Amino acid sequence: MAVTPQTVDELTRAEKARSRWIAAVLDFARQRPLGAIGGVIILVMVVMAATADFVAPIDPLATDYGAMLSAPGAEHWLGTDAYGRDVLSRMIYGSRTALMVGLGASLIGSVFGAVIGVASAYFGGRVDLVVQRIMDVFFAFPVIILALAVVAILGTGVGNVILAIATPMVPRCARVVRSSALAVREMPYIDAARAAGFGHRRIILRHMLPNVMAPLLIMATAFLGEAILLEASLSFLGLGVTEPTAAWGLMLRGAAVEFAESAPWMAVFPGLAISLAVFGFNLLGDSLRDALDPKLRIQ
Amino acid sequence: MRMKRLAGLLAVAAGALLAFSTQAQSPRYGGELVFPVPSEPPSYDGHRENTFGLIHPLAPFYNTLLRVDPNDPSGTKPVPSIAESWTESTDGLTFTFKLHKGVKFHDGSEMTSKDVKATYDKIIFPPPGVGSERKGQYGVVAAVEAPDPSTVVFKLKWASAAFLAGLASPWNFIYKADILAKDPNWYEKNIMGTGPFTFVEHVKGSHVVGKKNQSYWDKGKPYLDGFRAIFMRDSAAQVASVRGERAHIQFRSFTPKDRDNLKAALGDKITVQESAWDCILLVGINHEKKPFDDKRVRRALTLALDRHEASKALSQIAIVKSVAGVQVPGTPFATPPEELNKLAGYWTDIGKSRAEARRLLKEAGLPEGFSFTFTNRGIPMPYEPLAVWMIDQWRQVGLNVKHNVIEPRAYYTPVRKGDTEVFMDFQCGYIVEPDLDMYKFLSVDRNPANYARYTDRVLDDLYDKQSRATNVEERKRLIRQFEKRLLDEEAHYLMTLQWHRIIPHSSKVKGWTITPSHYLNNTLDVVWLSE
Amino acid sequence: MAFYILKRLLAMIPTLIGVAVLIFLLLRVVPGDVVEARYIGEGSVFQSQELMDIERKKLGLDQPLWNQFVTWMWGIVRLDFGLSMWTGSPITEEIELRFALSLQLALMASTVATLLAIPLGILAALKQDTWVDYAVRVFSIAGLAMPSFWLGILMILSMLIFFHWLPPMVFTPLWVNPWENLAQLIWPALAVGYRYSAVGTRMMRSAMLEVLREDYIRTARAKGLWLKMILARHALKNAILPVLTIISLEFAFLLGGLVVTEQVFNLNGLGMLFVEGIARRDYTLIQALVMLVASAFLVVNFVVDIAYAWLDPRIRYR
Repeated sequence: MAVTPQTVDELTRAEKARSRWIAAVLDFARQRPLGAIGGVIILVMVVMAATADFVAPIDPLATDYGAMLSAPGAEHWLGTDAYGRDVLSRMIYGSRTALMVGLGASLIGSVFGAVIGVASAYFGGRVDLVVQRIMDVFFAFPVIILALAVVAILGTGVGNVILAIATPMVPRCARVVRSSALAVREMPYIDAARAAGFGHRRIILRHMLPNVMAPLLIMATAFLGEAILLEASLSFLGLGVTEPTAAWGLMLRGAAVEFAESAPWMAVFPGLAISLAVFGFNLLGDSLRDALDPKLRIQ
Repeated sequence: MRMKRLAGLLAVAAGALLAFSTQAQSPRYGGELVFPVPSEPPSYDGHRENTFGLIHPLAPFYNTLLRVDPNDPSGTKPVPSIAESWTESTDGLTFTFKLHKGVKFHDGSEMTSKDVKATYDKIIFPPPGVGSERKGQYGVVAAVEAPDPSTVVFKLKWASAAFLAGLASPWNFIYKADILAKDPNWYEKNIMGTGPFTFVEHVKGSHVVGKKNQSYWDKGKPYLDGFRAIFMRDSAAQVASVRGERAHIQFRSFTPKDRDNLKAALGDKITVQESAWDCILLVGINHEKKPFDDKRVRRALTLALDRHEASKALSQIAIVKSVAGVQVPGTPFATPPEELNKLAGYWTDIGKSRAEARRLLKEAGLPEGFSFTFTNRGIPMPYEPLAVWMIDQWRQVGLNVKHNVIEPRAYYTPVRKGDTEVFMDFQCGYIVEPDLDMYKFLSVDRNPANYARYTDRVLDDLYDKQSRATNVEERKRLIRQFEKRLLDEEAHYLMTLQWHRIIPHSSKVKGWTITPSHYLNNTLDVVWLSE
Repeated sequence: MAFYILKRLLAMIPTLIGVAVLIFLLLRVVPGDVVEARYIGEGSVFQSQELMDIERKKLGLDQPLWNQFVTWMWGIVRLDFGLSMWTGSPITEEIELRFALSLQLALMASTVATLLAIPLGILAALKQDTWVDYAVRVFSIAGLAMPSFWLGILMILSMLIFFHWLPPMVFTPLWVNPWENLAQLIWPALAVGYRYSAVGTRMMRSAMLEVLREDYIRTARAKGLWLKMILARHALKNAILPVLTIISLEFAFLLGGLVVTEQVFNLNGLGMLFVEGIARRDYTLIQALVMLVASAFLVVNFVVDIAYAWLDPRIRYR
């Protein structure tokens, strides 16, 4: 790339933007230490999931019947489970499953929910009423029952679990987004866009969606925590992710409970991992809500 | 004179000692037995249901014609129950049973041979519109007759060594003929039997209570004042109830770890009884899906499994233990280990076994890393540990196995339709009897429960021959041949490990002997509480 | 006002019908049916196709879907929920006891949640951004983060190991034996209540913060009036409403949604009935349960809406 005045300009602009971004993040961390802690926890989790292949000392699927149920020690830092599999490695790979399920379900749930919510608010009138009714119908089902029904139809396994968890989240997201979108709809620039002849799809995607990002983001982070918990519950009931996949909820099933007294490491560590992950997401979401809600800004 | 006095004193002392010791043995009357039951039955009709969830709370209300000897740990001997004695004709085609006199239903009416006949007619020759689950088991019966009120005669089509075992089935509750005549489905929602306990109440989702039948025909029994069966789905809750001394015993089984925990917590207050269990998980291979129609592939699947190592390892964490063939190890017709270890998959040299497996897979043309789906039933114990073990073993011969878990009750739908490739199947018997244990492996046109969907006339022929064999040694020989063809030569179905029944119970419970079946010994007439 | 109430009542009907249709169709999409679950599900060797066909006919499963739906809906309208396909007993009988337990548990948990949320939320708002605030938030989020079954297992194990005591295994209704009843239900109520208080605490905190920023409050504080008086008179009244709203909305879900908690504490409640019903493909039971929970949810919503409308007349005329 030739060094021209334009490129220098571009580069400095990009740098300035990046440093502004970094400054904003550091600001956030300083003002809201709890949120920062949440962010750090999540960062650690993401790094663990991404580098699992390098970080995990042993193959999480490798059974070792000679070393079943061994206590934490030199060879297995967090001990082994009922089949002699290394708990630490399974925890590390488990973060990958948790993030996949959490992100997948949260993403699908919030995206669908947001689009439905915004479209419903935008079109208003009869469309709004009908969509609201349909969302109400789904809303009236307890979360876990809806997830169970979807699993009963689709079967078990990671992909199906993601869909099962995303399903009850769509109406909840739609409802929250709709109320924000209703406020945005009254904004003058929406009318201007209509007057300019922009199509519905363009207005919804380009103009309304970005403005409901704040509550959407808060919902999404809260959902992430919920999704991880829901996956754990489904796996605990035997209707979620299946053996021999490494997943935190799965690790808490069966043998972990049975051997809870003599081999507590099997139940304690996955339980801690789940709690920490959900904790982190909730802290972050909480602080985000505080930061983005103008009424609660620190004076 | 002094000698006489001394002798006298000694005699008295000896007498007292004897009396004291026998008093510790003789049953004490009274008390309510409390036990958790993991599953609740959908109806009360024993002729129709298949779940132990029906037997455990309801068997005490009924009697059967014969029963499996409750004091015999092998669980193989049919002994008299309602029938006092029987005679067999020389050609083996007619069995005449003499019934006890003075047997009363709980409503006070007298039980006669008419009731026994009506019961068995319902099971074997159901009227149209009623249907019977177990009709197929009694194909050998030509007719049931009741020539006089205390005699029942069964006429058979051919001589069968397993017939008496069939009559000892814990499911064949004796019902009242008059009631069946009015409404054949009455027993689904109601209870009226001749058993040692009478029905008190059933609170849905909660418990069943029974109390002592004061006019029970077997004088002196039952010893208990009553029983309380509490429905508890969660196994941890069941263990906790025994540990917290709120329940006395659980009649199905606990895991090895539960037993250790209970022993550690309660010491001598817990007595442990263990037995090989007449239940086994099988690997079914769908012969209609390629490449599983090739017996080399099927043999490779069984050769890859190191059953001996698994027996040692998995018996610590699961309710499985012995390496087994088609019969429960230690029972009369079971193949001794030296013989068994010659079959494919049972070799003690696992290296050789796996090498052979790889060779067969290559010969059959399967690439390295060949992938297939193993379909499993979503029950944690012991389906999950066995699946984890097998998937790992198959991995070691270069097979990449996907694990598909289906929830328990929906499981057999796709299996039955033939939509699965390799799947987990299971078999639980109420009595160790080759006719019953090997019935499953007959060709699919004879037995629809053969989900591997194969047709093997040689196997069918061996089954029929052993069923009619009158000489015990001849029968053993035929059974071994059957086993060899099933597990080794053709590898139609694979055996995993025999289940192992572990019952740690309160030491107050006396008189109950463990048998290989969790469907047996639940009438509770021989059980008593020491305090 | 009466018109508003009528309008809201009428709005419930299409939703209920929607729920009915959805659950009816959803169940029929799930593979397998109750007859298969019962006669083949146990993997028995001896089977009879004849028996299964007879059973199917008895349950009306061989009828066309449309027919089955209408029959069922007609029953619902007359408040006849029919018979369970699994046991053949009336569904009202099946649900009775379990409903009593779930209702009581939901009420107790909601009470615990409220008792925790309100004082903690107020405390956190008053001491915003101090360590007290952080401690409260950490405490409440911890409740949200822990898997409920993990907490339940830990609770039961510690009771066993340290106190050698176990909660009662069988449910006794409150009016029969209050001690036994509470001894069994207090533990899951605490576990569940703690979990749900997090949402309420958060709500209480932000509602309080909002109110504390109002001008008239700031004026009062500037004037030096005692904080307690201000709180009692103004802030609390306005802030409590959203919290109660949230908790009462969650209440409806507590009725059928405590599946895992019921499993761990071995409670004979609606959640377990749901799961078993789905596993057994007991269509009539599931349909009835879903209608029950959905109705409860809609009724609670309705009551909350009416309460808001009564308190804030502007809403009625929208």
